[in-house]
Amino acid sequence: MNWKEFILGKLTWNDLPHEWFTLGGTGAFVVLAIGLAIFLTYFKRWKWLWNEWLTSTDPKKIGVMYIAVAFFMFLRGGLDALMIWSQQVLGASNMPGFLGAQHGYLSADHFQQIFTAHGDIMVFFVTMGFLFGLINLVVPLQIGARDLAFPFLNSLGFWLYFAGVLLINMFFVLGGQFGATGWLAVAPLSELQFHPGVGVDYWIWSLQVSGLGTLIGGINFVVTILKMRAPGMTLMRMPMFTWTSLMSMMLVITIFPILAMTIALLTMDRYFGTHFFTLNNGGNQMMYWNLIWMWGHPEVYVLIIPSFGIYSEIVSTFSKKKIFGYPSLVAAAAGITLLSFAVWLHHFFTMGAGADVNSFFGIMTMFIAIPTGLQIINWLFTLFRGRIQFVSPIYWFFGMVSTFTFGGMAGILMAVPPIDFQVHNSLFLVAHFHTTIVGGALFGIFAGFTYWFPKFTGFRLHETLGKYAFWTWLVGFFISFVPLYILGFMGATRRLDHYAASTGWQPLFLTALVGICILALAVGIQILQLIVSIVKRKELRDTTGGDPWDGHTLEWATTSPPPFYNYAVIPEVHGRDAWWEMKKQGTAHKPVKYHDLELPKNTPMGIYIAGFIFLFGVAMTFHATLFSLIGLFGAVTCAFIRAFDDHSEYILPAAEVEKIENRLRKK
Amino acid sequence: MKKLSGIIVFLLIVLDVYLLGKILIGGKNVQILNPQGFVALQERNLIYLAVALMLIGAIPVFIMAIFVGRKYHANNTNAAYSPDWDHHHGLQIFFWGFLITIMSALSVIVWVAAHQLDPHVALEPDKKPFVVQVFALRYKWLFVYPQQGIASVNYVEFPEKTPLTFEITASDTPMTSFWIPQLGGQIYAMSGMATQTHLIADTVGQYRGASSEINGDGYADMVFTAHSVTKSDFAAWAKRVKHSPNKLTYDSFKKLSQPSIPAQVTFYSSTPDNLFTTIVMQYMAHPSTGAQAKSETMSGMNGMSK
Amino acid sequence: MTVKAATIPTKEQIEEVATDKTLFGFWVYLMTDLLMFAVLFATYSVLHGSIYNGPSSNEIFNLPFALTETMILLVSSFTSGLGTLAAHEKSRKFVLLWFGITFLLGLAFLGLELSEFSKLVAEGNSWHRSAFLSSFFTLVGTHGLHITTGLVWMLICMISVATKGVTKSMVRKLTLLSLFWHFLDIVWIFIFTIVYLMGAL
Repeated sequence: MNWKEFILGKLTWNDLPHEWFTLGGTGAFVVLAIGLAIFLTYFKRWKWLWNEWLTSTDPKKIGVMYIAVAFFMFLRGGLDALMIWSQQVLGASNMPGFLGAQHGYLSADHFQQIFTAHGDIMVFFVTMGFLFGLINLVVPLQIGARDLAFPFLNSLGFWLYFAGVLLINMFFVLGGQFGATGWLAVAPLSELQFHPGVGVDYWIWSLQVSGLGTLIGGINFVVTILKMRAPGMTLMRMPMFTWTSLMSMMLVITIFPILAMTIALLTMDRYFGTHFFTLNNGGNQMMYWNLIWMWGHPEVYVLIIPSFGIYSEIVSTFSKKKIFGYPSLVAAAAGITLLSFAVWLHHFFTMGAGADVNSFFGIMTMFIAIPTGLQIINWLFTLFRGRIQFVSPIYWFFGMVSTFTFGGMAGILMAVPPIDFQVHNSLFLVAHFHTTIVGGALFGIFAGFTYWFPKFTGFRLHETLGKYAFWTWLVGFFISFVPLYILGFMGATRRLDHYAASTGWQPLFLTALVGICILALAVGIQILQLIVSIVKRKELRDTTGGDPWDGHTLEWATTSPPPFYNYAVIPEVHGRDAWWEMKKQGTAHKPVKYHDLELPKNTPMGIYIAGFIFLFGVAMTFHATLFSLIGLFGAVTCAFIRAFDDHSEYILPAAEVEKIENRLRKK
Repeated sequence: MKKLSGIIVFLLIVLDVYLLGKILIGGKNVQILNPQGFVALQERNLIYLAVALMLIGAIPVFIMAIFVGRKYHANNTNAAYSPDWDHHHGLQIFFWGFLITIMSALSVIVWVAAHQLDPHVALEPDKKPFVVQVFALRYKWLFVYPQQGIASVNYVEFPEKTPLTFEITASDTPMTSFWIPQLGGQIYAMSGMATQTHLIADTVGQYRGASSEINGDGYADMVFTAHSVTKSDFAAWAKRVKHSPNKLTYDSFKKLSQPSIPAQVTFYSSTPDNLFTTIVMQYMAHPSTGAQAKSETMSGMNGMSK
Repeated sequence: MTVKAATIPTKEQIEEVATDKTLFGFWVYLMTDLLMFAVLFATYSVLHGSIYNGPSSNEIFNLPFALTETMILLVSSFTSGLGTLAAHEKSRKFVLLWFGITFLLGLAFLGLELSEFSKLVAEGNSWHRSAFLSSFFTLVGTHGLHITTGLVWMLICMISVATKGVTKSMVRKLTLLSLFWHFLDIVWIFIFTIVYLMGAL
């Protein structure tokens, strides 16, 4: 029995950070951690942090934590993007290499790790994080519920997400490499034959761990929306954001098992010598592509469908009209959800499946464009004959119309197989998916963040800075991505760390780099906006008692911020746009009789379980068997302890409820 | 604020027009829009057709967005205000119908075009094909000319105006993509698999060829030159290559399969027999099990090229 | 079941809602687990002809053996059902009896499966040999892992019942366990059909 291998696995001294970029990353994290520790100690907030936030099962707290972590990952992903573009500007063949690289300043392997990390971070940790945050914050309030169906699982889901965040950043501390395979780590490139190091293993475990958290969250949201709506709120009376969250989460629970199993099969190949996707012994490379894109295509709809719901809420509220074509919008969202399972092969038309198969998937892709287009038309008709208030969420909406439409058209173009043969894996493709995700999903998230910010903090975001941020984003967006469309037509493929200067690509790369710098500025303005809003929060206070935008849906019936139990008494709903109706009928502020509330206690178990699973992930990456077993055993034990804990709730007496309500409403 | 927005929008439009102009006047560098072969030409025309059809849907949406944004601004109290107008069956049917019509037209185009431009189908099936066998390796392209008995690395030459058949495979490498943008669309080259694409060069010229699918850290070096020449020039070139001191054997092939960057353009005066089939079959079971291996081969290659 | 705003929910109603939610949530989880198995079945179907130079399915599967495993699992599903009924009647004795038998049957199933696996490995037909064998071991092995998890869960439940009796939350847990066990039985029927029956033909 080789004890060293049993305990430490593949770990060697060489795995400690020793190259300039890993040291840079490690240094940044160390500085951040120390800074945070000093801050917490100086303001004596350790206990507060633990009790009020980390162990909380309140979806409003968990939602804020998701958004905070997603934001930090957004900064890292953005930094990755800056590194990618600067390398591509410097990577023309007529330029010298710097810092030991043959072209530009990054070696090919390092460059490939960066764009892999960029993709995984932006999809899994930024967009999913922001979305889970918003859904946690808003959906329980919108359906008139106090909490999610499974408060503890909500906490566990967040901490597993956080463990995934730690794992994807862990290579800065141990190992020094991430997968260099592209964000989906396709086989056989990700097999041991071509990637024997720990990079792909980090990819595997960070995605598996956060994927488990996502799946748990998805189950939680689906059960919540289906089982915990206020009395009278039938499915066709739910707000649009709740509908789209439901659709998105139903996609999540269907597809994340596919992802988990596909990654598990790759793991079996790498760890146990099986032959699912290897070149030898009968492995089938194409099967990985089919499986991963069966997950991957619906995933992009997971990312964008909630934003569609946000746009619905915003155009309705800010035009002071009911949403136009509600049943049609619901049907369209359902149509997108279902059709998203029928199009996955369009990601590899070029693999040679033949004209019949390619045509089928191309036609299905055409059909999925129909409900998407319908959404935009119905939103515009909502604005029609309305009274549009041009606050920044509406700006983001119009920004989406101008950007997402182009991205969508590029997508329809690529749905024609012979056209795809000429643009597949070129920068045209890269421009397409960035345009749709940034212009569609991200702008929606920004709009939703601005829209719901006053609900959870009690004060608005600084409006002028918000508008500046929007314009900077829009300008930067066009300058970044239009050159990419052109580069695609020039035959420029993606993921290149160097290229011949004679291709004439460099000036366009430079233009795009300027664009990204403008985007960096835009994010800076958004950070400034947040800081200024907090500093000026007294002036920006919501003085309407919880309804600053004259909203339509139930969340605006609560105070800003709402009490931790959301509703002292669950409201009864009589129609769509429940709050709007209540205001019209004068039943908005009826006095109520209070009663005792049974609420979930805080618990550190989510942290402990996720902590053990984090240990498991790191240990598995380095094949350190002992620690893997400790991690696994610890997680399972904690889970069983929690499962058999019958005292996870407490009673809030009616008198307490009344006191809190009076205090909040007296403001 | 309104004036500033207007200025920004104007500047953005100017920028976009400039960049778009760059495409249209960009000339040879904008390869997809400057096809030099029949297949690429069809694919470009398809792009124009699809864009035109989509604009039929997109332009009304843009116009409506601008119109709605301006007319129904909260300050414009003259405009009609219908807060409860939230459905109109006729309009909704029109929207669905309008989109379904455009998408159906595009679907027909998908079917027809995918079949007409199927890379597996020969361009002029009654003519004798000019065959080039393509091997994607790490990190280079090997081209074997079975009809001439010669081979070249990172360089392929062929006569113009002649229908070309490329038989494609890979060896000891993750998936790559064989692509000459100015002649036609790409197709994946995979170890253990064989596929085909058919292209034709309309004129004499030198074109860039590359892989678009990452296969390792030398991926950016998977670039080759495609050179179409007159028939007589090609014959002369082939004759010259026949005098090259290099010979392609299974040993030199194995050496070529080792990862290396960058690869020099090399010419070989002879090639081993059945190289293509042997390389495709190298991942199959050894023929010691006889009949079983053969049936395995068939099932293993099924579902790929027709 | 939702609570009317006009009425204050009683403890029974809260408990009922909790059970309803939990049961529904567990069903949703079972569906996701089914999807994971679906991926394994799809993989098995694609790869089952890729035998490389190893054995094919009709050379390694023994139908009587697989039938024995199937019968054991079917009977254990029946006894777990009896155990759940006993739980609803709050009968500690019969809960322990029926789940005890289920546990032993499950253990027997695992034992048989492990013996099949070790025989194959000893012959040189492990998951290393071919894609077909990789997918066989993974599909059947994943099912076995689920059975193991179920057995551990069952053991802990039985210990809890033995020491604390059949509480209300215990009834809920045993119902969930029983659902899980039935689910695994159904997956096994698919395995028996697609892997063993169709493989042996």
